[in-house]
Amino acid sequence: MKIEQSSLVIFSSFLVACSATIPAPNPTSVVTSAPSPTSTAPRPASATVVIPAVSSNASPIAPPDVASALASPLLPTVAANLPAPPQFSGKTLTVVTHDSFSLNRKLIAGFERQTGAKVNILKSGDAGAMLNKVILSKGSPLGDVVFGIDNTFFSRAIDANIFEAYTPKGVEGISTDLRLDKDNRLIPIDFGYVNINYDLQFFKTKGLALPQSLRDLTKPEYKGKLVVQNPATSSPGLAFVIATIATFGESGNYTWKDFWRDLRKNEVIVTSGWEQAYYERFSGSSGKGDAPMVVSYSTSPAAEVFYSEGAIKEPPTDNILPAKGVFRQIEFAGVVKGAKESALAKVWMDYLLTSVVQEDLAPSMAVYPAVNAAKLDEVFAKYAPNVKEPADVAPDVIAKNREKWIQEWTQVMLR
Amino acid sequence: MTSFGNAPNYCGDTISTKTFLFATFFEMIPVLRLFVRILPLAYLGLFYFYPLFIIFRLSFAPNDVIDLSAFAELVTDDYYRRILWFSTWQAAVSTILTLLIALPAAYLFARYHFRGKTLLRTIASVPFVLPALVVASAFSALFGPRSQGLWLMLLAHVFYNYTLVLRIVSGFWANLDPQLTQAAAVLGANGRRTWREITLPLLMPSIGAAALLVFTFCFGAFGSVLLLAGPRYATLEVEIYTQATSFLNLPIAAALSLLQMSATLLLTILYNRVQTRTAALNLRAAHRIQQPVRGWVRWLWLGVITSLALLIVSPLFALVLRAIDAASVLGWGAYGALFNQSSSALFGVAPIEAVQNSVLYGLATVILALGVGIPAAYLLNDKTNTRAIFTILDTIFMLPLGTSAVTLGFGYIVAFASPPLAWRAEPWLLPFAHALLALPFVVRTLSPTLRSIDSRLRDAAQVMGASPLRAWREIDWPILARGIAVAAIFAFTISIGEFGATLLLGQPNYPTIPVVIFRFMGLPGIRNYALSLAMGCILMLVTAISFMVIERLRISDSEF
Repeated sequence: MKIEQSSLVIFSSFLVACSATIPAPNPTSVVTSAPSPTSTAPRPASATVVIPAVSSNASPIAPPDVASALASPLLPTVAANLPAPPQFSGKTLTVVTHDSFSLNRKLIAGFERQTGAKVNILKSGDAGAMLNKVILSKGSPLGDVVFGIDNTFFSRAIDANIFEAYTPKGVEGISTDLRLDKDNRLIPIDFGYVNINYDLQFFKTKGLALPQSLRDLTKPEYKGKLVVQNPATSSPGLAFVIATIATFGESGNYTWKDFWRDLRKNEVIVTSGWEQAYYERFSGSSGKGDAPMVVSYSTSPAAEVFYSEGAIKEPPTDNILPAKGVFRQIEFAGVVKGAKESALAKVWMDYLLTSVVQEDLAPSMAVYPAVNAAKLDEVFAKYAPNVKEPADVAPDVIAKNREKWIQEWTQVMLR
Repeated sequence: MTSFGNAPNYCGDTISTKTFLFATFFEMIPVLRLFVRILPLAYLGLFYFYPLFIIFRLSFAPNDVIDLSAFAELVTDDYYRRILWFSTWQAAVSTILTLLIALPAAYLFARYHFRGKTLLRTIASVPFVLPALVVASAFSALFGPRSQGLWLMLLAHVFYNYTLVLRIVSGFWANLDPQLTQAAAVLGANGRRTWREITLPLLMPSIGAAALLVFTFCFGAFGSVLLLAGPRYATLEVEIYTQATSFLNLPIAAALSLLQMSATLLLTILYNRVQTRTAALNLRAAHRIQQPVRGWVRWLWLGVITSLALLIVSPLFALVLRAIDAASVLGWGAYGALFNQSSSALFGVAPIEAVQNSVLYGLATVILALGVGIPAAYLLNDKTNTRAIFTILDTIFMLPLGTSAVTLGFGYIVAFASPPLAWRAEPWLLPFAHALLALPFVVRTLSPTLRSIDSRLRDAAQVMGASPLRAWREIDWPILARGIAVAAIFAFTISIGEFGATLLLGQPNYPTIPVVIFRFMGLPGIRNYALSLAMGCILMLVTAISFMVIERLRISDSEF
């Protein structure tokens, strides 16, 4: 008893000591970096929250455009038309997400301006770690919204009963095949395709023909030329394994395991994560790798151009997209059940489906927007084609077999 | 506590304020002492044992019914036995290799002075903070992309932990009185005999401490196993991660975490059994002992420099070359993005801001880790401790390092969820977690020195009228200062290198350097790769500069 008390005293004194040493948020970066007259002007808000009336012409070559567009003097005018005080001032919205989440800070600042609330982005590890943390904190939610649960984890999230049904505005603009939850507890925000990228230069100089199907990869001419990731530690790795299961099936005279056995004989290279596969082993990315094919995303060739900011005009890589051999990874967001800021969370869900946010998804995370009408950035539109027929595996089938598949794969490939 | 009413009256009826305050201060000393004793335990209780207890309870008794079937699975499936065996032997081999390579350097750094010593010691520390992804990149640049395998992982473990042995052992060695060995020589003992019978036994506490840390580190290896040994190998930490985040199988993950912790527990107890508690030694200020490099020591010097160049400098250099190489494709202007707020890949925050965040978190960790760690070291080495108490405390202070970051991170999420402990989203929680991992380093660095301070000196000082604080300042501080500086460096290193902290806690809005490195490397595009390499170089630079600054402080302090 006594010890507990003293520990509390000690602790509170530490709190005081510590609060002085916490890195203070740089106010210019957290709230708004625009020289913004809106900070004094009355802010727009009401029951219906107005999204900035500026379209982001997010040019890949000059991203500052986004900044200038959003910080344009147009905003205060819009604000002046809606003199109501911000509905959520003083409140904080906590968005739980994975480590790869990214969104232009201007967009977050835009949301903060309109609602008067602060947005706290809580990155909680990779997608699996994040979901587990959200499930563990069921009783007292970790945050108000979760962003970034993909279709391999979808059923686990739904079964855990941690999301509240909410139909955000604009959801009807999303293709029905992305909307896996009829109750709208999880809303698709973006998606990407996991497939094989190849090194254009290598195939050209060697005069090597491209593999036409997944099965082709087991041919001798592709020996030691493909890099894949361990599905136990990498999400594209798992996605690719699922695509092979969809292609070859679990039964029959040539199952997915037979395919992987042949791949292993064909000296396929296995890494633990995407980063190492793409940057160290794949020859198409940095030119230092030794294998001309890698499991990556269909947006990767476009990203090579986009992120080079003009230094690279044509992608050094391209996609191999065999029919039904490509996995579509869909990312969902949802309002957490029992969220402290439930109303604000719903406004955020609406915001995620607006064109400004949807059109920033490709530049920020190299994914496709879920809303059909959202304009895909031109570099991505040119080099990252939409796949007509991705592998079709229902999320509940994935959830049920996930562990089994990974263990079987490990058995075939690593033991 | 002390009320005015019963304040002892030292000066007759009229008490001057000054005398009164002085008296109160003396009255306060037992209270202060108690505070100092409780502080480390309270800290560990709150930030380590409590979240751990919560997560274990949730894993083994989710509905208040205890279910230990996970343990049965651990015992029956020999897959887990193989993982345990792999974790153990690779850690043992890594530790032995590190000791073999770093001990000669520790001797050189302890006993001799030569130009560029501080710089070399600083460079040797840089690997310790580098994320495994960056190290994998460096090794791939050195040995080619096909290089993967156990030897590379072992090499990386030496690369990482070299500095631990160098700093801990040479820090202690430097203060050892050379008169002992000189006396042995005068009495006719040859060099080898002197080493075996005098120097080695005297050094054992610090070598043991360093070895224990290196082993614990390698035992819980994560990134180096995944990236360098390859997907065929798994340590307990890797398996815990897979079970917890890919299969969402908490009971198995928790059971494996307990297994991992008991390994650390066993090892620390074993270490304490073997370790005889050293008697008080006559420690000397280092700068009075050190000699210039002469004679056969030149060869030692050459060997140490060569091994440093090959093992430490060449991978670091390869990394810098890669960053420069990428710039040749993109043009140097590409690196302007590091200072650019609108770089879209990173929240529109200029990546360079991460440097500020990292340094601030690092400083906060140093303050916290020393604030808790120095009292902890005193508590541990209190002469009144029985052997059993000593072992228990020693183990407790060691445990955080041998605990799975994933498991503890999950514990934090649940334990710090609701008032009065609703802290899990607070940015200040991160340095508290970092300090938890730094604590074993602080305690282990200070203990050998502290144990060897003759308490009779303190008593004598007090008999002669020095206040306890004065006695501490005059007796403990001059000898301890070096250890404290080393401990501060380790704490800073732990924080800036973010050991498992990304897994441990969520990342709030303040990206640190490793977070930026991961962010860029997680996106395709040669520019992102170049930026992440550049951030890696910046991390090396920031680390090196910070260490130089801390070393500077130390020199001016220890010579008063």
